[in-house]
Amino acid sequence: MSEVLVLVDHVDGAVRKPTYELLAIAKRLGEPSAVFIGGADKAEGAAADLAKFGAEKVYVVDHAEVKGYLVAPKAEVLQQVADAASPAAILIVSSAEGKEIAGRLAIKLGSGLITDAVDVDADGSTTQSVFAGNYTVKAKVTKGTPIITVKPNSASAEESAGAGTVEQFAATISDAAKAARIVASNPRQASGRPELAEAAIVVSGGRGTGGDFGAVEGLADALGAAVGASRAAVDSGWQPHALQIGQTGKTVSPQLYIANGISGAIQHRAGMQTSKTIVAVNKDEEAPIFELVDFGVVGDLHSVLPAATQEIEKRKS
Amino acid sequence: MNIVVCVKYVPDATADPRFESDNTVDRVGVDGLLSELDEYAVEQALQLKEGTEEEVTVTALTVGPEKAADAVRKALQMGADQGVHVQDEAIAGSDAIATSLVLAKAVEKIGSVDVVLCGMASTDGAMSVVPAMLAERLGLPQVTLGSRIERKENQLAVQRDGDTATEVVIGAMPLVASVTDQSGEARYPSFKGIMAAKKKPLENYTLADLGVDAGEVGLSVAWSAVEETTERPPRTAGEIVKDEDGSGATALVGFLASKKFI
Ligand SMILES: Cc1cc2nc3c(=O)[nH]c(=O)nc-3n(C[C@H](O)[C@H](O)[C@H](O)COP(=O)(O)OP(=O)(O)OC[C@H]3O[C@@H](n4cnc5c(N)ncnc54)[C@H](O)[C@@H]3O)c2cc1C
Ligand SMILES: Nc1ncnc2c1ncn2[C@@H]1O[C@H](COP(=O)(O)O)[C@@H](O)[C@H]1O
Repeated sequence: MSEVLVLVDHVDGAVRKPTYELLAIAKRLGEPSAVFIGGADKAEGAAADLAKFGAEKVYVVDHAEVKGYLVAPKAEVLQQVADAASPAAILIVSSAEGKEIAGRLAIKLGSGLITDAVDVDADGSTTQSVFAGNYTVKAKVTKGTPIITVKPNSASAEESAGAGTVEQFAATISDAAKAARIVASNPRQASGRPELAEAAIVVSGGRGTGGDFGAVEGLADALGAAVGASRAAVDSGWQPHALQIGQTGKTVSPQLYIANGISGAIQHRAGMQTSKTIVAVNKDEEAPIFELVDFGVVGDLHSVLPAATQEIEKRKS
Repeated sequence: MNIVVCVKYVPDATADPRFESDNTVDRVGVDGLLSELDEYAVEQALQLKEGTEEEVTVTALTVGPEKAADAVRKALQMGADQGVHVQDEAIAGSDAIATSLVLAKAVEKIGSVDVVLCGMASTDGAMSVVPAMLAERLGLPQVTLGSRIERKENQLAVQRDGDTATEVVIGAMPLVASVTDQSGEARYPSFKGIMAAKKKPLENYTLADLGVDAGEVGLSVAWSAVEETTERPPRTAGEIVKDEDGSGATALVGFLASKKFI
């Protein structure tokens, strides 16, 4: 069976959940091989975690010549691993960086590329959701080694032991790939809440919060949910851009999405329309968000949310 | 300094974009416009021009059908100096891979370009890969997805708000850059700008002008193929309750419990 390469998405050796989802998908297509680009001291721990989720092989590439530069060196690494392994497919997490790596890799390998897949079948055909979630598209790469970027939450991460054989891989990085340098990096503060793109429940707030996210965060914490925001709330400086949901923010597809004080503009819908269950709290009964909901409350979020939070806490205890 | 801004003509998102029978995006039957996200790129190009004493030429470049000239015209109205429209029957249905090829060849033909500036994503395809592909094809540094862009002599620095960190990325010109919708509101064309745009040069290129073989682009040679498009069934109308003296919260919690979220 052919190898299927999975580029490992990690922060300082801590593998992020979407990578495990990719390993589950890789298993449908062939034999999962993880490509870990990182610090040598973190490789062993990461390889053990990757093996737990099905990686048969883990290529370890030292990041000394990669980490200070933007995307181009990572594309070179993948090209070289692909040349050596002749994989059946290459899977990358569909983040901004992941898609850029995939784009460059496609040109290098002369291979077709599909981005933002929400499902991949055993025969390599993919499902995407386009036009603000209004259409579903089935597509397939027809040339070269299929390169597919997959959105978080598109498969469930399944523990299933793989051999996890570590193979040190020496990649050569060209000077051209080091032309865009990262000169400063400010890690984002961890909120202690689940990652937005990975969360099973997302509770979001918009302009209707008036800038006070206390009620939104209270409900989120009672439900163990991630917090999200509309662009209006981000533009007002109430939440960081990393929490923006929509066309120019994140796309989320959780089991449950609760929009509070959000009108439901098309650009916002683009980021949440494929959520399984949608709930909204808005004081305007004409708000377009109500066209999407499974359940809606016409009311003031500043009274509805705290009362609901209290009721949930009561039921839990 | 020469700046090329890549601007795409896209179907209006508020006009129910749809697919043609061959599963390509309907770019003719639906009203189109300059992709909103590319207006931010035009704005930053104009600010780079305004921020220096040097002679700067801003060229708006589009690849697309006849009507795509509208996207270039809008950029000219905003203040770009000249336009280039690559138009060829054979291009129809091209994917990002072929589009980036045509754009790269056009940038080469325009010549001595210092900055290729793109939007963060096209509002129809939304792949966000063309700028990276252009950098790869042109062999230029890539400083993309900037929420802020700043010139430092012969370098451009962009602030990039990533998933886990905010980074500053710097590269020496010539380079490829892209900017997000956080980079600053795009200006509206003024009446003067609209009048002036009518006299600005707009050149047309064909594939032959660029030395691109028709067999390298278009739907039939795309490196991926759409097999099927399905319109999402409309969501069935949900239950909506009015909050009165706390009834809303009780109903909401009842709903969440019925769906096993609590
Ligand atoms: C190029 C482009 C890209 C964009 N990208 C995005 C994107 O990625 N994500 C995004 O979200 N938007 C995006 N937008 C913006 C989008 O068009 C809307 O402007 C935005 O989503 C509105 O945010 P909102 O719903 O919070 O605010 P509003 O539209 O102002 O809605 C606020 C809502 O709150 C309700 N409300 C007020 N007070 C209360 C209260 N006390 N209790 C309950 N309800 C209350 C009001 O009835 C109203 O419905 C983009 C726009 C453009 C042009
Ligand atoms: N056909 C095109 N003509 C001109 N510019 C384009 C075209 N397609 C993409 N671009 C540029 O590439 C950016 C990203 O596009 P995409 O990768 O399709 O999301 C856009 O914001 C444009 O700046």
